[in-house]
Amino acid sequence: MSKNKKMYNRNIIVAGLILFIALITFPVWNYYVFSGETSTAPEIKLSEKAKAAKECVRSKEYMKTEHMQLLDVWRDTVVREAKRVYVSPNGKSYNMSLSSGDNSCLGCHVDKAEFCDKCHNYASVSPYCWDCHIDPKEKK
Amino acid sequence: MSDELLKPEELIKIDHKIPSKDWMDTPVNIRKGMYCYASNPKSVEYVGLPHARAWNPLDDDWKLPENWKQIIHEGFKERLDKFRSFKVFMDICVRCGACADKCHFFIGTGDPKNMPVLRAELLRSVYRNDFTKVGKILGKIAGARELTIDVLKEWWYYFFSCTECRRCSVFCPYGIDTAEITIMARELLNLIGLNIDWIATPVANCYRTGNHLGIQPHAFKDMLDFFVEDIEEVAGGIQVEPSFNRKGADILFITPSGDVFADPGTYTAMGYLMLFHYLREKYGFDITWSTYASEGGNFGFFTSHETMKRLNSKMYAEAKRLGVKWILGGECGHMWRVINQYMDTMNGPADFLEEPVSPITGTKFENSKSTKMVHIAEFVADLIKHDKLELDPSRNDHLKVTFHDSCNPARGMGLLDEPRYVIQNVCNHFYEMPDNTIREQTFCCGSGAGLNAGENMEQRMLGGLPRANAVKYVHEKHGVNMLACVCAIDRAALPPLMEYWVPEVDVTGMTELVANALIMPGQVDRTTDLRGEEIPGLQSDDVKTEGDNVEK
Amino acid sequence: MNVRYMYSLIAVIVLFLLAYAGAEAGVWSQYILGVVIPYLAILVFVVFFIRRIVGWAKSPVPFRIPTTCGQQKTLPWIKSSWLDNPSSRLGVIARMFLEIVFFRSLFRNTKFAVKDQNKPFYALELWLWVGALAFHMAFFTVVARHLRFFTQPVLFPISLLENIDSFFQVGLPGVFISGVVLFAAVTFLLIRRVLIPQVRYISLASDYFPLFLIFGIAFSGLLMRYFSKVDVVGVKEMAMGLVTLHPHIVEGVGAIFYVHVFFVSILLAYFPFSKLMHLGGIFLSPTRNMVNNNRAVRHINPWNYPVEVHTYEEYEEEFRDKMIEAGLPVEKE
Repeated sequence: MSKNKKMYNRNIIVAGLILFIALITFPVWNYYVFSGETSTAPEIKLSEKAKAAKECVRSKEYMKTEHMQLLDVWRDTVVREAKRVYVSPNGKSYNMSLSSGDNSCLGCHVDKAEFCDKCHNYASVSPYCWDCHIDPKEKK
Repeated sequence: MSDELLKPEELIKIDHKIPSKDWMDTPVNIRKGMYCYASNPKSVEYVGLPHARAWNPLDDDWKLPENWKQIIHEGFKERLDKFRSFKVFMDICVRCGACADKCHFFIGTGDPKNMPVLRAELLRSVYRNDFTKVGKILGKIAGARELTIDVLKEWWYYFFSCTECRRCSVFCPYGIDTAEITIMARELLNLIGLNIDWIATPVANCYRTGNHLGIQPHAFKDMLDFFVEDIEEVAGGIQVEPSFNRKGADILFITPSGDVFADPGTYTAMGYLMLFHYLREKYGFDITWSTYASEGGNFGFFTSHETMKRLNSKMYAEAKRLGVKWILGGECGHMWRVINQYMDTMNGPADFLEEPVSPITGTKFENSKSTKMVHIAEFVADLIKHDKLELDPSRNDHLKVTFHDSCNPARGMGLLDEPRYVIQNVCNHFYEMPDNTIREQTFCCGSGAGLNAGENMEQRMLGGLPRANAVKYVHEKHGVNMLACVCAIDRAALPPLMEYWVPEVDVTGMTELVANALIMPGQVDRTTDLRGEEIPGLQSDDVKTEGDNVEK
Repeated sequence: MNVRYMYSLIAVIVLFLLAYAGAEAGVWSQYILGVVIPYLAILVFVVFFIRRIVGWAKSPVPFRIPTTCGQQKTLPWIKSSWLDNPSSRLGVIARMFLEIVFFRSLFRNTKFAVKDQNKPFYALELWLWVGALAFHMAFFTVVARHLRFFTQPVLFPISLLENIDSFFQVGLPGVFISGVVLFAAVTFLLIRRVLIPQVRYISLASDYFPLFLIFGIAFSGLLMRYFSKVDVVGVKEMAMGLVTLHPHIVEGVGAIFYVHVFFVSILLAYFPFSKLMHLGGIFLSPTRNMVNNNRAVRHINPWNYPVEVHTYEEYEEEFRDKMIEAGLPVEKE
């Protein structure tokens, strides 16, 4: 409203505003000052085996957003109904297992760190799958 | 008073239903009994305030100056620049509604514009229109509206339906204080000569004679001399000798003139005289009254900051002229808001005074070391604590007392426990009103901030309903028959309120109770209270008196 | 129907349609929605927020006017209320902290009602406090949690917050309590505003608009997480693009994401011009942020100016004869 008038309680208000700006811009200066880590999303490295298989149990897009639901359903089906075979929409059969045997998820995507963890870490997701399941490779 | 008023049981049928019509489209209805008369032009002129003229709120034509819109707009802008409170309070209300049912006028009248939030919106709507971009662009959608004559009338009516009691401010999550908003609105209204006479004339009186009632110096002395005679009669032959305008006294005493003028305040004034006499006889206490600064209250506060300062200036000026050490202030509500929150800033520094020390107990009043003015409740509480007063609380045994916290000492100061301590030491029967109606949540008498006129009696009775209702509660539960307070406006406003809603309850000041219980040096056969009423159990044939110097 | 909330509802629906259309129209409009508008919104938010605060700061606080809600500090043996009637800076800080973080004044809220035989009474009424506190706390948590999209590597406090927030381990992906609470609280505040007659009567379009908008934000957020999922990795890539000042669009993230971001942008840009500025204003409220030590320490009014007064000399001049006659002392005989 009025220009060129002095501010009252200047020090504390300016300090408050600086704090405000610091909070708002936190991600920016945090990146430039402290992290500097690449901002591009991690690229998934498919294992040779996965590459060779060409397709997963469902489409890539579906797996990208819904894999957790699928695994959840699998878990319940195995534990509650003792069914261990999943038939995908295109008719193929898979072993409903995250980590045991060659026909499981990790049997194909052999490198957990490269295939699972990268994105999970990037998006700060910590699924409790690994509270029980063991990465067969890490075990050794 | 009640011949024109409805009966209490009719008046209390308040409708709190909200009208279906938008408040912006509902024009104000100024009706008899609910408003105060317009200011007398002579009074406005006397203190040099602008646009003095005879006008009537009931007329269509308020005889406004031609450029009134411009005056208001510029005045608005000036105040936004001068008061952060005003600016912030115009901007940040979220209309959560927490304040809505906290206002005694809303509770009493059910008029939605008496909700503090809407009272403030009356100003905010114009603020948005005049001073914010969003309001200018979006208009009514953004809650903005132009200042029209109807809006102005609404301002006048509703800002003289607020007693600046600050109760809403206690509950507001941002501390928005409607008193602050009302103060600004009244300043704006005064710029175009719109005041009420119950404020304007006391202001002019106070400016001229030193007190709101226009009591001239000789008459002021006369009135206190009457009290001297009364005291001789009711206090067992005690001869008190007040002094006036006396240079070299230790302490200057200032109290509202209302207590000099009308019952039951007069008994409090007599109480002061007796207390000072007692202290002089026992401890050589040296205090003087002033006829120039013969007003504690300040109706300028209900007019504008400037008028408040002009009236208040007399306190320090007189203290300086008389060469006293510090000032003792009597029982009053808004007087103490002014002293506590404004006086030193406006008219200080009072470097010609000393930091207040009680000459009797030696207590330093650290909390008033800059303003150099002490409240009588603080002063007396200290005396009692140090056992300097000989008291017989049984002399108040015929009273069942409750205490009404006056708005301003409660919410503009925090004087809550001092008067309670005093009262509980001079009375044996003390009962608190319900928690939500005392201390910082106290309800206004309904007549504060200049609304204590005769013509708005219905408004006053409705506004005072929540307070009266709480009194009624303790009256029915504990048999309370005396409502104590530390405010002269209360002593003028509460008696009719009690008479209307709870006729069995009387009103008293704190110091009256003290003086009732005080055993005066040299008193003989003192069997009545200050009101001249026989104290049960103390009749002359009933030989046991506290004096012990009566023949057995 | 109340025009005031209809206006706001329609405004938010229009905004939704705009964003949805933009997200579907092509990469150029996605760029506008995902990069240009967020940047602009942040800029407007910061610049005008500061301007607003500075605007307030330019008006002085001429008088010390705290609302005292407890016993003042006077005689040493009378217990004073250091918090509700602070006599020290520390007390003010504590009072402000409780006010800002826990809405202490709202916690006092009572409700007036009339019981039988026209007896008014007042009861504690805490729903507004509960709703408001839940809303603000949840909103704060949700915003803080979103930092997982804006930091890389994700900072420990943020993942800790996420773990606490999904403590109950319900559902998949794990339900964040804060998101649900925010949604519930904003719905409650909205319904309250519409249903309580007094509150509806005082409400302006500008009271409904942010509620509808935040409702939209919370709703689209919940939708994205639990129902119509989006590519989270892509979302983070875009967020980090904004943070590192190398913004770009990731294709195939899903329209709902753009709606979410657009709503947030609108909220940010709208913020400084609205009542939402109570966020800044509460710090500057003179009835809460001042010490009640008026009589002990003099407060200075920067614009205090001399006024016309009626001096004692003028007074004596007018009444001298009467004063002398009454035996009152006078300066000039």
